[in-house]
Amino acid sequence: MAEDIYEPIDQDVHTEPMILQMGPSHPATHGTVRFTLTLEGEKIIKCETEVGYLHRGFEKEVENSTWTQVFPYTDRLNYVSPLLNNFGYSLAVERLLEIDVPPRCNWIRTLMGEISRLSDHLTCTGAAALELGAMSAFLYAIEGRELVWDLIEEVTGARLTVSYGRIGGLKDDLTEGFEERWKYTKKRLFEIREEIGQLLTRNRIFLDRFQGTGVLTPDMALSYGYTGPCLRSTGVDYDVRKDHPYFMYDEVDFDVPVGSKGDNYDRYLVRMDEIVQSIRIIDQCLEKMEPGPINSDDPRVMLPEKEKVYNTIEGMISHFKIIFEGIQVPPGEVYSYTEAGNGELGYYIVSNGTGKPWKIHVRSPSLIMMGGIHKLIEGGLIADIIPTFDTVNMIGGECDK
Amino acid sequence: MAKKLIKFVKKHFEDQVLDSHSRLGNDTVVIERDRLAEIVERLRDDEKTQMDFLRAITCVDYMHRDPRFEVVYVLYSIEFKHMLTLRVVVSEDDCKVPTISHLYGCAGWTEREVWDMYGVEFVDHPDLRRVLLYQEFEGHPLRKDYGKQDAQPRIELLSRERDSVEEFNVFVKNKPAEGSRDN
Amino acid sequence: MVEVLISLLKITVIVFVFVMGVASAMTLLGDRKQSAKIQNRVGPNQAKFFGFSLFGFPHFIADGIKMVLKENIVPANANKFLHTIAPALVFMPALIGWSVMPFMDHFCTGTVQTLPDQNYTEICTGPGAEWKNYFSIMHMNSGVLFAFAIAAISVYGAAIAGWASNSKFSLLGGLRSSAQMISYEVSMGLSLAGVLMIYGTLNINEMIRMQGNLLGDWLPMWGIVIQPVAFFLFLLAGLAETKRAPFDLPEGESEIVAGYITEYSSMKFAMMQLAEYAATVFIAALVAVVFLGGWQFPYVYADGIRIFGGHWVPFGEEVWYWISIFLRIGAMVFKILFLVWLQFMMRWTLPRFRYDQVMTLGWKILLPLSIANLFVTALVLVIIW
Repeated sequence: MAEDIYEPIDQDVHTEPMILQMGPSHPATHGTVRFTLTLEGEKIIKCETEVGYLHRGFEKEVENSTWTQVFPYTDRLNYVSPLLNNFGYSLAVERLLEIDVPPRCNWIRTLMGEISRLSDHLTCTGAAALELGAMSAFLYAIEGRELVWDLIEEVTGARLTVSYGRIGGLKDDLTEGFEERWKYTKKRLFEIREEIGQLLTRNRIFLDRFQGTGVLTPDMALSYGYTGPCLRSTGVDYDVRKDHPYFMYDEVDFDVPVGSKGDNYDRYLVRMDEIVQSIRIIDQCLEKMEPGPINSDDPRVMLPEKEKVYNTIEGMISHFKIIFEGIQVPPGEVYSYTEAGNGELGYYIVSNGTGKPWKIHVRSPSLIMMGGIHKLIEGGLIADIIPTFDTVNMIGGECDK
Repeated sequence: MAKKLIKFVKKHFEDQVLDSHSRLGNDTVVIERDRLAEIVERLRDDEKTQMDFLRAITCVDYMHRDPRFEVVYVLYSIEFKHMLTLRVVVSEDDCKVPTISHLYGCAGWTEREVWDMYGVEFVDHPDLRRVLLYQEFEGHPLRKDYGKQDAQPRIELLSRERDSVEEFNVFVKNKPAEGSRDN
Repeated sequence: MVEVLISLLKITVIVFVFVMGVASAMTLLGDRKQSAKIQNRVGPNQAKFFGFSLFGFPHFIADGIKMVLKENIVPANANKFLHTIAPALVFMPALIGWSVMPFMDHFCTGTVQTLPDQNYTEICTGPGAEWKNYFSIMHMNSGVLFAFAIAAISVYGAAIAGWASNSKFSLLGGLRSSAQMISYEVSMGLSLAGVLMIYGTLNINEMIRMQGNLLGDWLPMWGIVIQPVAFFLFLLAGLAETKRAPFDLPEGESEIVAGYITEYSSMKFAMMQLAEYAATVFIAALVAVVFLGGWQFPYVYADGIRIFGGHWVPFGEEVWYWISIFLRIGAMVFKILFLVWLQFMMRWTLPRFRYDQVMTLGWKILLPLSIANLFVTALVLVIIW
């Protein structure tokens, strides 16, 4: 369709391609990505991506902090689903330490991770609708996100930068009225999902914008390192939660939505379905969870109880050393991966035996996906950048570390 | 995981393997850098391994050791669900590694990130420039001898306006429009 | 002399009070409160007038003051003259077109009589009776043509605004807007042509009078009843003409950062926004006048209520005439407001089109449909008459 309009009609007309900077300060690029587009009319011939406007030096900072002090930094990686980052990091360090955590801790990690994933998918879908012009759908999604954030705030104390995970456990247990609030939130989330679906899923204009744009083939997706909803929308059934289960994902029952065409519409549908599946997981977690301790009892890792700290000398020394020198992690390296909202979030951790990490590398899905996004954009119109970029869901904090 | 990947690499590339271990469930092989592209290509294409997914490329700076850097490649197979970590030993004076960007699309940016942060050059990379930092940045920050609070010189941003007429003219000269006056 | 004063009064009331009032009220009510209602939130209610929040009205005054006091930035290397007059070029057509919109039938200085067997026409009888034009600014015999021509001028404003801003995003917005507006004018004109064939007149007031005809003594022969397809085509084309959602891609707002409005600030920006809302009201008025019966209140005539052949004159003839005047003005206002409300609902729920989809819709779907509509109308007219 687009090619019909842009065939050169008159060969003698002196035309030049136009270079347009969809620069970092642009409403659609979430403020942190720059596209240098070479346009012919409205068709994009060449697209150069430039990221790094939000680079804050995560990897350098953590080399100067103790293992526990890294948690606030991991919050700010993918800041719409911070709990998933926290727990991914805890998992990685616990692998290096070779310790186990009690089952209740794993249940809560699964549950809170899925709640965070809900927030991520709601934000992504809402933002996609907003930048397309359907502003009401955005606000419905934000209402859902507010309810989810209320839950998170109740348990962790903060809405966005939670720092909830700890090495060997969690900061706090779930609160008393959690199940009541979850029931209300769940009912409302289903309603919101219905409303957004009615506004968007079979809307002719929405279908025209989303179907057939930003098409990703399975080979290209695998070669360019796409994971998560983007890869699943092309038909490749790879989900870290099912293939290499961690926490309690092998004890809950859920489906993984897989698309077929790899275009923006499939990615949108995959995310909407994942919302339903996350709600299912959370319900099962709440049912199957048993009361119990939430922190491991390994003295190398956990702070002792306050009575022991104030009354015994061993407690005080242990507390002092863990806080000041950090948890002594045995030397080694490990690559541990979890399923974040956008794909596979990997932490490659190298320890040299002291209380500070020697190196932490974050395999952030957004950065890898931005490396390949020019393939999705070239050949389309400018107006196709918007849905493509939104459904790929580049989060600035994760992309630029 | 059964170490079959380590056996595979050792069988076909015996002379390149320096060390291998399987601690903490991660199969790791330490190799020389000369035939890296060949090894990765073999791992990607062979029937029994089919490592078609490059998970991460990163680099570790062992400060006071003689081959100072080790570039780490984490490969994965969607089909067989096994993972292999390749570590390539690189010394400081000869900081070069062959590129694998022709094998995997995502290697383009991940190798650029290693160049950006550590200064390890990838030979034959099509577009080796900085990805997370700006082009005029001096130094390679994740090296251990780069201080955390080092200051950078101020740059004149206007000198690299990218929608300037020059880049335009370069583009037009390389690819003039049909029937245009520049043909 | 008296005529000049009456004209000035009409201009003041219609243009400044009604159009500008509705346009500005719509910025507040439509844009903020209506969208807030759709989106489950409250909308602005913090600006208070002596402690009363007054449904958000003080916000509009606050906005006006803010807009006037802002700094006027003209981009470097922009064509200053064109940059400055472009908002005026966008604004004027939306206001000038109102000169032919009638809010009520002509005023009869004698007594009015409706003739039900002659298509419900109304004649003014009595000694020295004549029709006086008190309710529309100009009585033009080709009112529809005039309104349409003025709407076509508004292409200039957007294109000039886009070009004169020296910014690629504005240029893209200006290009998109000119292409879109020109494409949809054709469909607009052709769908109107069908209506004109049936009514046989370009005079807006005559057209509305003819819409007072009752089919089978109960169905008012409004334009939408006679030409339903043309109604939808005209409404869609009108939406695209005034760049309302879902056709608001010239002011893309996420692709091209507000398109041709990008480089405007303070009062020029406010004028462009107001011009958009005034154009919304204008298109609503055009649709109401041609298709929804204009000032016709169903079954209400100047000499009583007529339905199913019956005839009642509540409150006596004199009083009834004045009641009918108010009912009719109210009907016109209500129809305009309803269509404006409808346009705002569409803006807040639908995503926007892509550029080539807009072009496809305009040339490949709406144009053939309007030609087909014209053809079918002509056939039916030949067969029936």
